Amino acid sequence: MDHRFESVGDVRDKLSSVDYLADDAIAGIVHLADRLEKPILIEGPAGTGKTQLAKSVAEMSGARLIRLQCYEGLDEAKALYEWNYKKQLLRIQADRSGESDWSELEDDIFSDEFLLTRPLLEAIRADDPVVLLIDEVDRVEIETEALLLEILSEYQVSIPELGTVTAKQIPLVFLTSNNTRELSEALKRRCLYLHLDYPDMDREKEIVLTRVPGITEHLANQVARVVRSIRQLELKKHPSVSETIDWARTLVLLGIDQIDAETATETVNILLKYRTDIEKAVKDMNANADSYSG
Amino acid sequence: MPTPTAAESPLLDLLTGFIVELRNAGLPVSLTENLDAMEAVQHIPLEDRVALKYALAATLVKNNSHWKAFEIVFDVYFSLRGEEYVLDSELTDDPFEDDEDEDGANRGQGGEGNEGQGGSNKGMTPEELAEMLYNALMNGDASMMRSMARESVRRYAGMEPGRPVGGTYYLYRTLRNLDLDGVLEKLMQQQQDESEEDLSQFEQRLQRDEYKDRIDALKKEIEAEIRRRLVADRGVEAMAKTLRKPLPEDVDFMHASREEMANLRKAIYPLTRKLAVRLARKRRRGRKGPLDFRHTIRTSLSYGGVPAEPKFKNPRPKKPEIMVVADISGSVAAFARFTLHLVYALSSQFTQVRSFVFIDGLDEVTEYFEQTDDITEAIHRVNSEADVVWVDGHSDYGHALEVFWNNYGKDVGPKTSVLILGDARNNYHAPNSWIIKDLSERARNVFWLNPEPKSYWDTGDSIISEYSQHCDGIFEVRNLRQLESFADNLA
Repeated sequence: MDHRFESVGDVRDKLSSVDYLADDAIAGIVHLADRLEKPILIEGPAGTGKTQLAKSVAEMSGARLIRLQCYEGLDEAKALYEWNYKKQLLRIQADRSGESDWSELEDDIFSDEFLLTRPLLEAIRADDPVVLLIDEVDRVEIETEALLLEILSEYQVSIPELGTVTAKQIPLVFLTSNNTRELSEALKRRCLYLHLDYPDMDREKEIVLTRVPGITEHLANQVARVVRSIRQLELKKHPSVSETIDWARTLVLLGIDQIDAETATETVNILLKYRTDIEKAVKDMNANADSYSG
Repeated sequence: MPTPTAAESPLLDLLTGFIVELRNAGLPVSLTENLDAMEAVQHIPLEDRVALKYALAATLVKNNSHWKAFEIVFDVYFSLRGEEYVLDSELTDDPFEDDEDEDGANRGQGGEGNEGQGGSNKGMTPEELAEMLYNALMNGDASMMRSMARESVRRYAGMEPGRPVGGTYYLYRTLRNLDLDGVLEKLMQQQQDESEEDLSQFEQRLQRDEYKDRIDALKKEIEAEIRRRLVADRGVEAMAKTLRKPLPEDVDFMHASREEMANLRKAIYPLTRKLAVRLARKRRRGRKGPLDFRHTIRTSLSYGGVPAEPKFKNPRPKKPEIMVVADISGSVAAFARFTLHLVYALSSQFTQVRSFVFIDGLDEVTEYFEQTDDITEAIHRVNSEADVVWVDGHSDYGHALEVFWNNYGKDVGPKTSVLILGDARNNYHAPNSWIIKDLSERARNVFWLNPEPKSYWDTGDSIISEYSQHCDGIFEVRNLRQLESFADNLA
């Protein structure tokens, strides 16, 4: 079996060629997932690039991205496969004349033609290379997780009427979770685990530089520093990387090349989404004259 | 390119020991994960310490709150021992000098320059050392900071072989000599002097955060260096055992250190968010209600008119009312704080939350929480403003309960759940346990949460069973894990 990537460095280079800056942990785990043929479970706060990682990996390896968005009430029929009931009904009615006997007909209506594939089955049956992204897996109920287990460990789907469909090629699988609940042990055990946290300042600066066209190094540096300071406050929701990028874009559009307390105060609503958080940050940016002098 | 089999067996031993230690530290490492880790290390170049770390983390650590514990165990197991696998491990008389190679090489840049500095460190005066440290911090020179950290530990920590003192003691001694707070002020001053115009408050603030960040990095280096030396002195197993700390969810409220407290505070917010989602979900789809006739007919259309799939109404169970009565005297205060925090973070899951605090008197503090969004601030006000002392400021459950019953007892109804938080150490006052009995008759349920270990209950002046015989439930809640599982059952 040939591997997709040569080494950890190779992963990092390829990812950066599609504008995704990977640190050691990210590059390492993608490399490992390819070698061990195991899915990656990515957890972390919203907006740190979990979904983007899957997209970027698909882009850099030229694979098709198949995405399953999870939600409460997701079931087999939406995730795996479904029999096209209406078409089956038509088939039976078309056969009213009674030419073929029942068992023949039964074999016929439970064949490929009447099967509606859903994302998971589609990823398994694909001939071309695919990346499967199971997004926000923490949103499904704990019972529904069991649906995923067969795919994640064996890369196969069992359909009672057809038998077992095994993957022609092992897809790279990414699962993301916002950690709103503890995932089951069975699921975690089958995956490699990556916690994606807010990047450190230098990496955030690099991200801003690659993602925001026309930004100066100086401004990117300032942006990263302000965001780092804001993340140190006790807030309801800390600014995410995507919000940092939005903020940097706004600053570029406004033609600002030097952030001072005033511009920061005026545009902070792009970084923070809760009123109390904004108040706290503004207070902190403007009123540190007393607390820090001396 | 898996490694040749000859190299595998010492590595296997090392990994096995490592995993045993992870389990000892409380991480749930299953057998499959163990095997995954063994396979994973075959796919990475072994001399790459960073890659090894992340490969092991990806396969063994499946919960972010366990990361810190993992990091410590990893440092202990793979810092010094690494040399055995590096090509020529010639140990000099000072065994701490040469782990430079593997560290420097793996971190990438700055390895060589660093080596040169390391040699010349020995003859420096303390002033020169302070000067170099200052410059390293000023320029944010990472490799220089590392070698400075090493030198200061050698010089100031005063480590003696075989001395059974914890790492914290050495850390304290080193930091005391470096006076990093003073350094921070000096750095800020110089920044001020160098810039032509006055720095605005805002810029100063950013600059200060930058320096603080570097100083924190330096502290981490120092800590790691001390750990490295201790491992060399006492051996891996002994050291791993000393450094073993409870995971955040297992830290005892009543005996948490200041640092652990801070970690707990950080951990409680994500916990409450998680709980709120889970409770809301549970309420939405609990048991099924009566048949929904219209919906069933509608669905039957896609089955050719056969009602093959009956649909049911989703009942919405009523939300409970909560009254929290918390002892906030000395030892149990931290526990009360966490529980109040949790209950208020979940307040959307209850129709109403009222809270009362007591020591020997009792006061209602609900309004503190209603006036602000910031729970931390509200709790601060509870501690400073609430009128909870009646006579002498020693817990008196009997009197506090009596006040509660007389003033607020009429508000307790069949929808109310009453939570009483405390260790039931009554200082030999009258227990007034009839109040709990009457309460539990009137309320939906009465729960008692006790932060003391079960084995201490009913010892000394604790009269917990006198109260608990009338409660619907009594729970030992000593750490976040237990608190979480209680809250889960509550709504």
